[in-house]
Amino acid sequence: MRLSKILTGATLALGLATGAAAQDKTKVGFIYVGPIGDGGWTYEHDKGRLAVEEHFGDQVETVYQESVPEGADAERAITQMALQGADLIFTTSFGYMDPTINVAKKFPDVKFEHATGYKQAENVSTYSARFYEGRAVQGHIAGQMTDSNIVGYIGSYPIPEVIRGINSAFIHARKVNPDVEFKIVWAYTWFDPAKEADAASVLIEQGADVILQHTDSTAPLAAAENAGDVIGFGQASDMAEYKPSPRVSSIIDNWAPYYIDRVQAVIDGTWESQDIWHGIDEGMVGIGEITDAVPDDIKASALELKDSIASGDYHPFTGPINKQDGSAWLAEGEVADDGTLLGMDFYVEGIEGKIPE
Amino acid sequence: MDLSAINPVLLIASLMVAATPLLLASVGELVVERSGVLNLGVEGMMITGAICGFAISVETGSPFTGFLAAMGGGALLSLLFAFLTQFALANQVASGLALTLFGLGLSALMGQGYVGIKPPATPRLDIPLLSDIPVLGRILFSHDLVLYFGIALTAVVWVLLKYTRVGLILRAVGENHDAAHALGFSVVGVRVVAIMFGGACAGLGGAYISLIRVPQWTEGMTAGIGWIALALVVFASWKPWRVLLGAYLFGGISVLQLNLQAAGIAIPVEYLAMSPYIVTILVLVSLSADKSRAPASLGRIFHASQ
Repeated sequence: MRLSKILTGATLALGLATGAAAQDKTKVGFIYVGPIGDGGWTYEHDKGRLAVEEHFGDQVETVYQESVPEGADAERAITQMALQGADLIFTTSFGYMDPTINVAKKFPDVKFEHATGYKQAENVSTYSARFYEGRAVQGHIAGQMTDSNIVGYIGSYPIPEVIRGINSAFIHARKVNPDVEFKIVWAYTWFDPAKEADAASVLIEQGADVILQHTDSTAPLAAAENAGDVIGFGQASDMAEYKPSPRVSSIIDNWAPYYIDRVQAVIDGTWESQDIWHGIDEGMVGIGEITDAVPDDIKASALELKDSIASGDYHPFTGPINKQDGSAWLAEGEVADDGTLLGMDFYVEGIEGKIPE
Repeated sequence: MDLSAINPVLLIASLMVAATPLLLASVGELVVERSGVLNLGVEGMMITGAICGFAISVETGSPFTGFLAAMGGGALLSLLFAFLTQFALANQVASGLALTLFGLGLSALMGQGYVGIKPPATPRLDIPLLSDIPVLGRILFSHDLVLYFGIALTAVVWVLLKYTRVGLILRAVGENHDAAHALGFSVVGVRVVAIMFGGACAGLGGAYISLIRVPQWTEGMTAGIGWIALALVVFASWKPWRVLLGAYLFGGISVLQLNLQAAGIAIPVEYLAMSPYIVTILVLVSLSADKSRAPASLGRIFHASQ
């Protein structure tokens, strides 16, 4: 253990404890579901926070709290942040939805931004990224890269966002490989490296040679590397330390432009409640470098798919698509509307297994 | 549902990996409790061992040094407990709980700079010929050394407790510390050594999680294994081989339930998730229907004047 690291840790802890001194600064708070060093979801949100600091310099002050459990404890953490004088608070996980709404009622002058939820209020905006666009590209690569025709998928919680990702990846894997099958394991956590590693190992043992994950740590990639001959994708962040294989590409969340935009709005006094859902086009969803482990032709077609989604020529949920039970969902050429996508609670035809209640 | 997708050989191989941290921590706690001390700080010592082992192996590049550091870290933390309970004569339950809370906080602080780092890989044993035997080779001869150490430790502890003078003294201290004291044995000395042994084992178990099973450092990554180890010692009636059986059962069913989920079996995920706990308890409780009981001095404070 190096002393400097201990000291950094201690300073960090102190930094959290001391409140704001200067009142004229705009204070921006962030609530994180994992540690900022998770290398995935929270790491990217924190990069957005640092970008805000860099952009505004002395004009703003940012505070954050990491590893806040979803549920009752979140309400306490958000309240505390509001009491500390934050002007704008970003709550960055789905499970903070109700806590955010509850706290927002008590602090009408504080602005709140909740990620990936669907409940707005006068002072609560929601924002999310169209990750399913990135999932389509992943599915496209996964379907062609698998030799065993089994793709393993580690789900976190059975919520619309995750189900949407599974469906999108599956549709595009099937398009390029009619024999591909998905094996899905629900980890019931966003971040638990031990559990994620176990889930990845199990999927690999059952024949999966491509692992897709909707959990935030790099543990599944570590498991893939251990197994050899298994590929995976960076989730939420580039996870570049696993390049060129097992990590062959990634979905990168880029929150910085949005965060800067919203902080500016608060400073200008023009902030209004809104509902934002941006994708590859606006740059909120990025596709990380596709490495040389992927053959050139697959890489080229994957980039083509990405471009056509970005330009709006192609929507990942374009009919004909049936639901799992065989009933029709989208007719030929029909495109899914955002409402259905946001509340998605069904698998598309071809996926086996049931969504846990 | 496709049960044929589950490969029994790989299942057994990975259940051994999943069970090892639990086995190490339980065997250590078993020795502590046989000496008459109840240390509820297993979880805290495990997580401290996890970060000590992780940090040192990252800094030195050697997993072996890391495991040694983990044992040292766990033993050092347990000394705090030993001081509180053996010299300051504090309540063992309260001290143990405090040790867990302290260990969780301390490890989080120590780990600040180590989140998201890849540790050096621990080599897997690869014996030519033996590792190539079909089925048995994968199950028996292709793990990391720590896993074998865990099994060997169980055997050593069993022999030690059952057949040696050292074991007899330890048990005497645990069963009746006043009598042991009257015979001239150092009750406190024996207990301090036992507590440190328990700390080292728990630390090693924690490092097994952060260096081999995951491998990565995150706060609170032992996720309750220490508490399961405590329960396991009781349900195994303080007998080493039953601890091994319990740990493998627990690890096995944890892995099996994920396998069943991946194979698409139509049992709600929640039932699968609770199955390791239920099955392990049921099996061990039915085993302990014989006359085995707790060490008579367990949890009682000893002072030579009383």
